[in-house]
Amino acid sequence: MRLEPIADPSALRLIGLPLAALALTALVGMALAALAGGAPLTVLGLIVSGAAGSRFALLETLNRATPLIFTGLAVAVAFRARLWNIGAEAQLYAGALAAVALGTGALAWPAPVLLTAMAGAAALAGALVLLGPVVLKVRFGVDEVVTTLLLNFIMLLVVSMLLEGPLRDPMALGWPQSRPLPPEARLPRILPGLRLHWGFALALIAAVATWAVTSRSTLGFEMRAVGLNREAAAYAGVPVNRVLLKTALISGGLAALAGFSEVAGAKGSLTLDLSPGFGYTGIIVAMLALLNPLGVVVAAVFVAGVFVGADSMSRAAGVPSYIADILLATALLSMVAAVMLTRNRIRRG
Amino acid sequence: MPLPADAPVVLRIAGVSKRFGALLANDRVSLELRRGEIVALLGENGAGKTTLMNVLFGHYVADEGVVEAFGRPLPPGQPRAALTAGVAMVHQHFTLADDLTVLENIVLGAAPLWRAGYGRTTARARIVALGERFGLEVAPDARAGDLGLGERQRAEILKALYRDARVLILDEPTAVLTPAEAEALFRSLRLAVAEGLSIVFISHKLGEVMAVADRVVVLRQGRVAGSMVTTATDRQALARMMVGAEIAPTVASETPAGPVLIELEAAHAEDRGRTPGLRGVDLVMHGGRITGLAGVSGNGQAALAAIVAGLATPCAGRLLIDGTPVGAGWSPHAAMAAGIARIPEDRQRTGSIADMNVAENAVLEAYGGRRFSRAGWMNRRAAEAFAAELIAAYDVRGGEPRTRAGQLSGGNLQKLILGRALAPAPRVILALQPTRGLDVGAVAYVHARLLEARARGAAVLLISEDLDEIQALADVIHVISAGRLSPALPRGTAVAALGGWMAGHGFGADADAA
Repeated sequence: MRLEPIADPSALRLIGLPLAALALTALVGMALAALAGGAPLTVLGLIVSGAAGSRFALLETLNRATPLIFTGLAVAVAFRARLWNIGAEAQLYAGALAAVALGTGALAWPAPVLLTAMAGAAALAGALVLLGPVVLKVRFGVDEVVTTLLLNFIMLLVVSMLLEGPLRDPMALGWPQSRPLPPEARLPRILPGLRLHWGFALALIAAVATWAVTSRSTLGFEMRAVGLNREAAAYAGVPVNRVLLKTALISGGLAALAGFSEVAGAKGSLTLDLSPGFGYTGIIVAMLALLNPLGVVVAAVFVAGVFVGADSMSRAAGVPSYIADILLATALLSMVAAVMLTRNRIRRG
Repeated sequence: MPLPADAPVVLRIAGVSKRFGALLANDRVSLELRRGEIVALLGENGAGKTTLMNVLFGHYVADEGVVEAFGRPLPPGQPRAALTAGVAMVHQHFTLADDLTVLENIVLGAAPLWRAGYGRTTARARIVALGERFGLEVAPDARAGDLGLGERQRAEILKALYRDARVLILDEPTAVLTPAEAEALFRSLRLAVAEGLSIVFISHKLGEVMAVADRVVVLRQGRVAGSMVTTATDRQALARMMVGAEIAPTVASETPAGPVLIELEAAHAEDRGRTPGLRGVDLVMHGGRITGLAGVSGNGQAALAAIVAGLATPCAGRLLIDGTPVGAGWSPHAAMAAGIARIPEDRQRTGSIADMNVAENAVLEAYGGRRFSRAGWMNRRAAEAFAAELIAAYDVRGGEPRTRAGQLSGGNLQKLILGRALAPAPRVILALQPTRGLDVGAVAYVHARLLEARARGAAVLLISEDLDEIQALADVIHVISAGRLSPALPRGTAVAALGGWMAGHGFGADADAA
């Protein structure tokens, strides 16, 4: 068997195959639901309605999608340049740390100034966290997959140490938790009465800005060239190392904004369970989006919907919410296969 | 050597067709090989030679047609069947395991895997005997990785003979050989057919086909364009048949030399694994001159080209441009700014980005300039307009500005790269194997453009393995061998003299010690 590239895939392929991937995901979900003793169609229906069936459900999904948009963008930007940033989790926590340190610092700044400074400090902290591994990579050829992955654990321990020490809230009865952010350091809701904070709007702005940079700027052109063929890029005079360092700054900064948005928008303080793996899920989001920054928004909402829907279904139907993980894995694998098949056909011999 | 007309047919390919999507790679190809003859399979790149051999060896299944060895059909799709029937192939890229000895490589796969002592002594004696019989001497206990390219090829052929192959298929066997090594190979092949073996010799070089083959089968666009006895034809007729059109030979007219534009002074570069760097290279290039750098690939050409292209600086010695030595800031950018155009050796891997479109590849070297970007934002319209200009001016076919570059054929991709390099009217042109793998028409086109640049006063450094190309174009010839450069040899230097330099003769002992 071998793959034969298709020059102009038909509309049927372009639309039909991704839909088939979704259908396969639904089928797997129903089979699992049956295995767990639920009624397959009911479970599927509960997941969909739990994710988008009501105003409350939809807002919950968008809230959950917010950090995933940031981490998804971070991964997409890096992967486009073939910089394997597996450390969005660490960068997220670095951003949260910086935002909380500044926000709880009793600075008498007006809210817009304080929030902007917090976002800036967060982005800077995340950028620096990724800069280290990338400097090691371009200088000594150290594999960034290993360094960025391991930094996740290091950063979690650093946060743990700080939450047990200088950042600890004396009022938290021994819980490892930072002092709560004062109101002027919190992201307000977009509309009064709507449970959706400005972090979501910031994420959308970040997605559009990232799209503009990656597809329209010279830096985006350089990142793509470096990612698609590093040797040819270097030969043509693209400053490969400098491009990788700039990519690291952008990617780390975007991931860190997820941390800022979570502490300032959703949670109000920093705890060790701030992120249930948003950094890792960002990889799934970016892959589902085919590394397209605007696609990241759609993919993040889809992934968040699966999580939120599965949680809600689990409360109603008693089927474990872990089904969400399997659904996402199936969606990812079948979507990757579908994309491959839109561009290639399988031939025998 | 006249062949008895009744010699039995050992290999018969009848009516083989193979289609890949829209491309008909083989169209009812038939070929017969008789006992004791050498048949050359001649054709340009993409004529379908490799596809045919892959069908023969069961890597592809033909859409129609049959393959017979010694009168019995070979089952399609079974790579071992051809080997078992006594048909062996020596590939262009050698397949020896570097860390095993020649002996081990040869018996590997031929001897049972799980028996202690596979009869080393017997095997060695047989290899030595075969080597003497066919003039293919290789030390059986040498590590394959330490062998030169000529020796590796001899070991590959021995490997086939050791398995009692009766039919040998050689795929472009002279691509990596010096002229003298190629001569020796031809002698061995004649000895082999005298003993009753049969050989298919795949090539696109007319000279060697005329020299070694009894019969020639010409493939063009997947079809047999003709089949004739070598003594009844000549090079012009074969070239015509191969290309399907008359090709005027490239002739360079005499023009006066310009000023010295670029120089290497006692330049050294470090070795990279088995590939030698440079050992004290002096090179002076004048405007209006094509300097030909001949030599077998892997003798330091890459190191020299990397320095001129801005990818490296000499670890000792200097590179001078207009008499000024270049400093630490030497980079591809600096090279282009100094007016050096670069045509890389590997157009797919180094010269272009397959997954970017033609326009993006067209501006790959110049995207930062004012024409294609402002304040950090790309001007896509300008890039596409530029690509359209190149497509028109350099006759790039099969693509528009938004076509993926990977969809262009090798020749058209090379024209695009040539256009990109020549568009800024460079003063120096570095051309690495600029015509390798191109069809005759594209070769003539590239040559004409290089001569045009020379007429305009540019200094051209033409690095090529193809001596015909060097002799047709170069005003001055240097031979590179093991990182050393011969003195400047004039146009018209005999092939034998160039071959001597290529084999490393004439460099003097002190260069080795240095």
